[in-house]
Amino acid sequence: MSIAISLRSCGKTWAGGARGLLPVDMDITAGETLVLLGPSGCGKTTLLRLIAGLEVPDSIGQVLFDGKDVTRLPIERRNVGMVFQSYALFPNMDVTGNIGYGLRVRGFAKNEVQKRVAEMLEMMQLTEFRNRSIDALSGGQRQRVALARAIAPQPQVLLLDEPLSALDARLREQLRQEIDTLLRALGITAIYVTHDQSEAMALGDRICVMDAGRIAQIGSGRDLYHQPANAFVADFIGDANKYVTQTGEVILRPEELSLRPNPNGSFMITRVTFLGPVLRVMVRHRDGQELRADVPDDATLQPGRRVDVSVGGASLMKADPLADKRGELPAFE
Amino acid sequence: MHDRLRAGLLIAPALAVFLAFFLIPLGYLAVAGGAGGYSAILTEPRFLRSLVSTLLVAAATTVITLFIATIMGLFLARVRFRGRSTLLALLTLPLAFPGVVVGYLVIMLAGRQGLVAEVSMALGGDRIVFAYSLAGLLLGYVYFSIPRTLLTLMAAAEKLDPRLEEAARSLGASPFGVLRDVLLPGMAPAIAAAGAICFATATGAFGTAFALASRIDVLPMVIYTEFTLQANLAVAAALSFLLGIATWAVLALARGASGGAAA
Amino acid sequence: MRRGVGFWTGLCFTLLISAFLILPIFASVIAGVTANQFVGLSSGLTTRWILDVWANYGGTVLLSLQIAFATLVITLLLGVPAAYVLARHAGVTARLIEEALVMPVAVPGLATALGLILAYGAVGGLRSSWYFILVGHVVFCLPFMMRAVLAVLLAIDLNRLEEAARACGASWAQRFFGVVLPNIRGGILAGSLMVVTLSLGEFNMTLLLHTPFTRTLPVGLADAYTALRTEMASAYTLIFFALIVPLLSAMQWVVSRMDQQGRSR
Repeated sequence: MSIAISLRSCGKTWAGGARGLLPVDMDITAGETLVLLGPSGCGKTTLLRLIAGLEVPDSIGQVLFDGKDVTRLPIERRNVGMVFQSYALFPNMDVTGNIGYGLRVRGFAKNEVQKRVAEMLEMMQLTEFRNRSIDALSGGQRQRVALARAIAPQPQVLLLDEPLSALDARLREQLRQEIDTLLRALGITAIYVTHDQSEAMALGDRICVMDAGRIAQIGSGRDLYHQPANAFVADFIGDANKYVTQTGEVILRPEELSLRPNPNGSFMITRVTFLGPVLRVMVRHRDGQELRADVPDDATLQPGRRVDVSVGGASLMKADPLADKRGELPAFE
Repeated sequence: MHDRLRAGLLIAPALAVFLAFFLIPLGYLAVAGGAGGYSAILTEPRFLRSLVSTLLVAAATTVITLFIATIMGLFLARVRFRGRSTLLALLTLPLAFPGVVVGYLVIMLAGRQGLVAEVSMALGGDRIVFAYSLAGLLLGYVYFSIPRTLLTLMAAAEKLDPRLEEAARSLGASPFGVLRDVLLPGMAPAIAAAGAICFATATGAFGTAFALASRIDVLPMVIYTEFTLQANLAVAAALSFLLGIATWAVLALARGASGGAAA
Repeated sequence: MRRGVGFWTGLCFTLLISAFLILPIFASVIAGVTANQFVGLSSGLTTRWILDVWANYGGTVLLSLQIAFATLVITLLLGVPAAYVLARHAGVTARLIEEALVMPVAVPGLATALGLILAYGAVGGLRSSWYFILVGHVVFCLPFMMRAVLAVLLAIDLNRLEEAARACGASWAQRFFGVVLPNIRGGILAGSLMVVTLSLGEFNMTLLLHTPFTRTLPVGLADAYTALRTEMASAYTLIFFALIVPLLSAMQWVVSRMDQQGRSR
């Protein structure tokens, strides 16, 4: 049922010359959940819409579903399920009407539609709302209806465009888990667009980080966190300090840094903030560079004190291959 | 693209009707004036007089209407009282009245057997009749201009940000100061746009003058008499065309200035 | 606003102007059923004038209704698809077309009518039939239908709704009739009421386009006024109000319903 998707040289240039997406090659395995992550304007929604069939790629671009070229096929014929950021539920139909729409327009018999809709209502815990009009639903309920509508016709791939961004934080957390469970249960190929890094980490088998129309890196959450390919990815996933040493620029995670009070240390503490789980300490080197360190709570760390900073921890990252970063950060002359 | 073709087919009938029954007739109108028609307009003084009268009436109407509608608009938008919606419903009735009905209502108010005449006589004075003078004409024009202008200005008053007003008051402004410095400037674009519509409509209005058989020769009346009584097609056509262009231009400017909010 | 001087001045002013606008309407309605206008209400109520009007001008009422209905049907068939196209396309061409289609509102009815006579007056069969008036009404009312429908189309997230329908596999016809039209019912209704009201009250154009055999209500009304038959004129006006007021009330009800729905979204 679920399919593998391939993109070959898919780019998108808008009328007027703006480049929404630079040519991209990508392979998505069947059943995988791929998250497209990035800031607004990075091209993630454009990429999703190319896969959906709502946009056509520039000239030589190709979209393949299980090896079959669907580039010229409009979305109505691609058998995809799509969930929009604003849900786009049909106001003139109730919940049942919305969920059954995809089956009705494809000409399924009335009793088949009823059966499938009942299954969906059950799966999404919406049975008691089945005759509600959609403007009487809460945000979370609308989200579930949108999902149910998308999967009712058993699509080959599920496409989700920032489905949770319109909800408040707690609801988002809850629905994120429900979506995760759902995607695993269905085993369907899913492409999920978001700008929220924790959502990406929670849902994605692989995450594709995008920046200004191109792919910055694709990989699992761990790969991206511990081995960012460039400064953008390092900064977007988790926090990152950029530090220039004699041999080049280094990227350091705040939790990798340890601080040791030393009246002759090369760093001075400029600000201390208690966050609960950690103490966030801003330190400044003599040369003016600043670092952010997340350390266990320590009352001796106060603004104005001098410290030594060392890099510890099993994971090392480099923007420049510094053979061994462990130990003292090199001081400048 | 499939999509474009379908769009073209869907809008073609409306465009065809527009072309055949508006654009082409307008073209005929422009041409039918001919050298004779257009030159007659410039040379014969009564046409120029009529144009001036029309513009003056329209201007006076606009000023009076805006004054009335701004005050009423601000009041009705901000104050809630029982019967408000009924009042609003009644006030917008005249929107649908043709000019003749308005003219007739002016006669009901200010004619020989009108309300004003009865009241003035009952109070012991002379019978006051002004329906057929400039006052009556203005009365009629203001009568049909108020409802539409009122609706537009009420909508604009409702969209005013109350926080601006609160800021002014917190800084010490009196109610009059708030009106002068916050409310009126905030409504200025809507007032300008509504004023342009009022002016354009008043310039092209016909039925009211027709019903009042007034001594003042507004341009639409001149056009009518030239066409029906004098069979002077060229002049009628030329005047109509110019009038049409003028009102369209005023409205286009208003739309441009208000960002499409009004017209 | 505080209930101070400002409030009371505003209230008095508003009530005064409201009286100016509303009282003549009532005076006219009463005159239409008063036995003797010169004597006033004390002479008693009568339906005589109304019956007189019906005998003399009944045909005009029927013709007006006929033209209004025909105008409605045509403007619906032309205007709804046109508004749809304009709502879906954002380019310069679309804006230019929109400007053009709205032009008939900006040009005085007299000019439009004169133009029609010049262009088609010689077409014998057309000139003397009610179709001639119909054409003028359609040209004038179409922009109002389009604007009402366009306003609602722009208020719903049309593109998103259509994409969602497409994602579900719907063809254009399926989504236009199944998703788009049902969701713009309010705008279509508002536009319809507007068109019928405008058509019933249209005078400026119709005065030039009519013939003695194709007189509409407003034209007949003007005739009654100029013939100085004031009682009949009052009764005639009453009949006109009886047609118009329900339509206007319906329009206001539809608009306020749409406002409410808009707010609940």
